[in-house]
Amino acid sequence: MEGSPRRVLAELQEAKVLRAVYGERQLDEVLVDFWLNHFNVFAQKGPEKFLLGEFERQVLRPHAWGKFEDLLLATAESPAMLFYLDNWLSADPTAKPPRPRMRRRPEGAGQGQKRGLNENYAREIMELHTLGVDGGYTQRDVTEVARCFTGWTIKGLREERPEFHFEPRLHDPGDKVVLGQTIKGGGQDEGRKVIHLLASHPRTARFVSTKLVRKLVADDPPAGLVDRATEAFRKTDGDIREVVRAIVTGPEFVGPDYRNVKIKTPLEFVVSAVRASGASVADAAALAQRVGVMGMPLYMQQPPTGYKDTAEAWVSTSGLLARLNFALDLAGGRVQGVSVDPSKLAPGAADGPALATALATGLVPQGLSASTRKTIEGEAGSGMNPARIAGLLLGSPEFQRR
Amino acid sequence: MGRERSPHVTRRFFLKSSGLALVSFGVAPRVLTRAVYAAEGTAHRAKTLVVVFQRGACDSLNTVVPYGEKSYYALRPTIAVPAPRGGSKDAALDLDGFFGLHPALQPLLPLWQEKSLAIVHAVGSPDATRSHFDAQDFMESGTPGRKATEDGWMNRHLQATPDPAATPFRAVSLTPTLPRSLAGRAPAVAMASIREFGLRPVAGPQVARGFEEMYAGAVSDVLHGTGHEAFEAVEFLKKTDPAKYQPARGVIYPRGPYGDSLRQIAQLIKAGVGVEMAFTDVGGWDHHAAEGGVQGQLAGRLRDFGSALAAFHRDLGDRMADVVLVTMTEFGRTVRENGNRGTDHGHASLSFVLGGPVRGGRVHGRWPGLGVGQLYDGRDLALTTDFRDLLGEVLARHLATTDLAAVFPGHSAAAGRFPGVVT
Repeated sequence: MEGSPRRVLAELQEAKVLRAVYGERQLDEVLVDFWLNHFNVFAQKGPEKFLLGEFERQVLRPHAWGKFEDLLLATAESPAMLFYLDNWLSADPTAKPPRPRMRRRPEGAGQGQKRGLNENYAREIMELHTLGVDGGYTQRDVTEVARCFTGWTIKGLREERPEFHFEPRLHDPGDKVVLGQTIKGGGQDEGRKVIHLLASHPRTARFVSTKLVRKLVADDPPAGLVDRATEAFRKTDGDIREVVRAIVTGPEFVGPDYRNVKIKTPLEFVVSAVRASGASVADAAALAQRVGVMGMPLYMQQPPTGYKDTAEAWVSTSGLLARLNFALDLAGGRVQGVSVDPSKLAPGAADGPALATALATGLVPQGLSASTRKTIEGEAGSGMNPARIAGLLLGSPEFQRR
Repeated sequence: MGRERSPHVTRRFFLKSSGLALVSFGVAPRVLTRAVYAAEGTAHRAKTLVVVFQRGACDSLNTVVPYGEKSYYALRPTIAVPAPRGGSKDAALDLDGFFGLHPALQPLLPLWQEKSLAIVHAVGSPDATRSHFDAQDFMESGTPGRKATEDGWMNRHLQATPDPAATPFRAVSLTPTLPRSLAGRAPAVAMASIREFGLRPVAGPQVARGFEEMYAGAVSDVLHGTGHEAFEAVEFLKKTDPAKYQPARGVIYPRGPYGDSLRQIAQLIKAGVGVEMAFTDVGGWDHHAAEGGVQGQLAGRLRDFGSALAAFHRDLGDRMADVVLVTMTEFGRTVRENGNRGTDHGHASLSFVLGGPVRGGRVHGRWPGLGVGQLYDGRDLALTTDFRDLLGEVLARHLATTDLAAVFPGHSAAAGRFPGVVT
């Protein structure tokens, strides 16, 4: 990707916001967003921002609905993940590696220094991507998995098309034992075997299913629904479409108990406000910036854990104030690059209560609490202008939920 | 994790009933709070604890270098920081004949020499986890090994020492979201920046009231409670206007989020808004590759880190007498370098402790050594001071906490185990 690094990052963020606002297949966007967080990559590390576009497009999107194992393998082979979790550098300490072609040599490199095993990816693939932190793996397993993945590196990192490359000279050739299973020395195939082992592990089914239920239903995932989603995962060898189907057809999802229980993430809040107000976005830069101010700068989560998916991650005094200000600014036409639809924000209405109803129905279709309704009707009745009322509605407690 | 409103007397009610005129906050807040203290007879509570969390596991061994250890050089052939040599800037800065500071921390040297900076080495959490996520969680919840703890240690201190005269800013975090350490029943304010903390002026009082009403009526605990805290804090901030407190003459904070946070914490302290606990964090310490020695990624981080701490100290000047700042990180890093000029996840790390009542100019804690039989799990710096004993000492001696068992359940923090950092 061409362009200054800053511009590249801005474009990534803006593109994400635009897709979320205008995407016709909203569940698609939700799922890709889920995987982007599950397989978190931090844009500011090295050349990551140049690798992220392809990561999302070629790795996550095409596999989002397919088999989890295929998705996992694709991330394992992606330059974005190989670089972010340092596996591209990992090598058999006793091997004599070729000199990597880097334009800027880190100090001391190339002076016969020994390269070594890097455990970062091995740990995170188990802890964060598959088994979960209580998944029952040991430090020994981490080291063994790291040994399996030696040689999984990147070719042409500083060039136009970096791509996956298996370098046998970096690879640790011995036998390994991972989670009690022996993996005989076999080059690149060992890594694939690990991927298969992890993807088909029962803990992975539960870990991934739980996260999906948490994303789609509630911070405290209902046990029955998690069980059914896990079962679907296992029965279908990790077919994500089937897992999501099990979730969205479950009585918990469909029924009233878990309706509007989740607090929207900053991205969800901003996007839903834009969509609800029928605004059109000429330039998403300001929107991306606001999402960051609310605590969720896109692609900028430094640790591999990604963003937390629960209310307390987002509902802080600072986060809440940022949302209220955004609601007011959006309704007041003060967000640069975004133009509101006046008819949505100033429907003709006979009197205060009618105006309140018209705006509330249009902007917060899920309904208002009695208390919110009272406030809104009061403000409308006292002659407050529609843009202000719309701002109140978009900043209401009800609108923070989904 | 909801934040229920206390069923007890609210601050507003208390202030009203003590007969003070609430209408005009034109009275300087410090006078107001002092008057309130006097009226209530509570102990003077103008002490502040600032916690700085380095996220990502800071490499303590290249930060405060044990240059007296042969093993350090044997195990880090390319990234070790050289022993002090005649004041060279490409070597450690001598502290006490055994330890030296990474040269990028040069701004901290005067603080060490004037004895306001202490170091505790080989401190951390006894839990064996090497997961960033878990280790940070355990440290912030204050209950290593226990995942079910809902609140954070800092919040439990606030709960254990209720203060009816507290302002909305008794606990503040300069972060966009509230850190785990401050999660819990007691109110705490997260603010990304002082300037942005509030509703747009264009909103006007009617809209502000509208929001307040809606959130007062919100059914969910978390929205209701946070809404209330937000509006209270905004009102208070307007009256006290901390933004007008500029850094002291000659003090320059480094650019960037870390310098900004410390500068604003200093502003809040100087404005006398009643900060008892402040928190900020700084990331980017996870140096699995290209950590480097004298130069490298770590050096870059330390430059920022050290100059921000030094600026903070200088900015507060005399007020530092009432302030203690503690740094912490979830674990340290492997003693042996890993072949990518970096290090992997380790065990014990170190804390810097800065402030008036601190016994500075010393490295506290028992140094376990880096010899083969002395390492934890054969690879990491061993732990000799539990972080809860360090924090417990600061709470007990600086913030007058008496119930440490409530702050650190499951841990018997007793004066006998304090490392002796705070007088």
